[in-house]
Amino acid sequence: MIQTFAFYLFAVFTIASGAITIMARNPVHSVLWLILAFFNAAGLMVLVGAEFIAMLLVIVYVGAVAVLFLFVVMMLDIDFAELRAGFIKNFPLGMALALVLLAELVLGIGAYRAGALELGVPDGTAMAPVGESNIEAIGALMYGRYLFLFEAAGIILLVAMVGAIVLTHRPRTDVRGQNIAKQIARRPDEATVNVKPEIGKGVSL
Amino acid sequence: MIGIEHYVVVSSILFVLGVLGIFLNRKNIIIILMAIELILLAVNINLVAFSAFLQDLTGQIFAMFVLTVAAGEAAIGLAILVIYFRGRGTIAVDDVNRMRG
Repeated sequence: MIQTFAFYLFAVFTIASGAITIMARNPVHSVLWLILAFFNAAGLMVLVGAEFIAMLLVIVYVGAVAVLFLFVVMMLDIDFAELRAGFIKNFPLGMALALVLLAELVLGIGAYRAGALELGVPDGTAMAPVGESNIEAIGALMYGRYLFLFEAAGIILLVAMVGAIVLTHRPRTDVRGQNIAKQIARRPDEATVNVKPEIGKGVSL
Repeated sequence: MIGIEHYVVVSSILFVLGVLGIFLNRKNIIIILMAIELILLAVNINLVAFSAFLQDLTGQIFAMFVLTVAAGEAAIGLAILVIYFRGRGTIAVDDVNRMRG
């Protein structure tokens, strides 16, 4: 009972906040609604017993991606009213296309429910072991069978990070930096001189 | 226990909302990126739901890779957006073809 209630709560909130995300006038509000959608989707995943992915969703999306979006939205001085110009004009056609797409998807699901489709059965090699938590089972799979894919995912993230830095970095000319090669190449004998000044003449530097 | 069809319907609605978001906000690339995130979220819900109902963890591993790619895509997309804004002073993507060269 409580499970059904929780499912419908999370589902309704996910869909509603997803809808407001794309409709909101202010992109900052969009990002905040997107965060709510992610939280509720994480709730849906907890309901089916995928705690690890749910927590990952909260950490990665809410903690990193949404903050990145907020940062960019607030950093750039953009006239958002002008960007909404085609919204009303596109609305009827977009709604019609979306309804057709949704009807087709739901038709497919209905066909599956009616028993007309066979999905096949898993071969059991990645079955969740009894008595282990979700995280233990996923860890065993990720560091075992899917190790190379896991490494590839790390490389993708590295490339994304380097790419983002290379794209947005610009050398500053108005600040003085440290020339490390010049510092290291410096020797004591060329840096200091020994002078014997005559009395009363002073030293020229 | 809630049937899998419910989860798939929720994820379908979310997917369609993402597509609709791309269609409606064709000028505003920030909303387009958010709509892409919504689509990937729908895909993740689908993968996790089937993974749970078929008792096979591969779906959850795959959802993690989708998450990785989504994070990388958001970072690169926003970086491109920032340099585009620096050069043009606007983010209207109607005439992005000026970006070449």
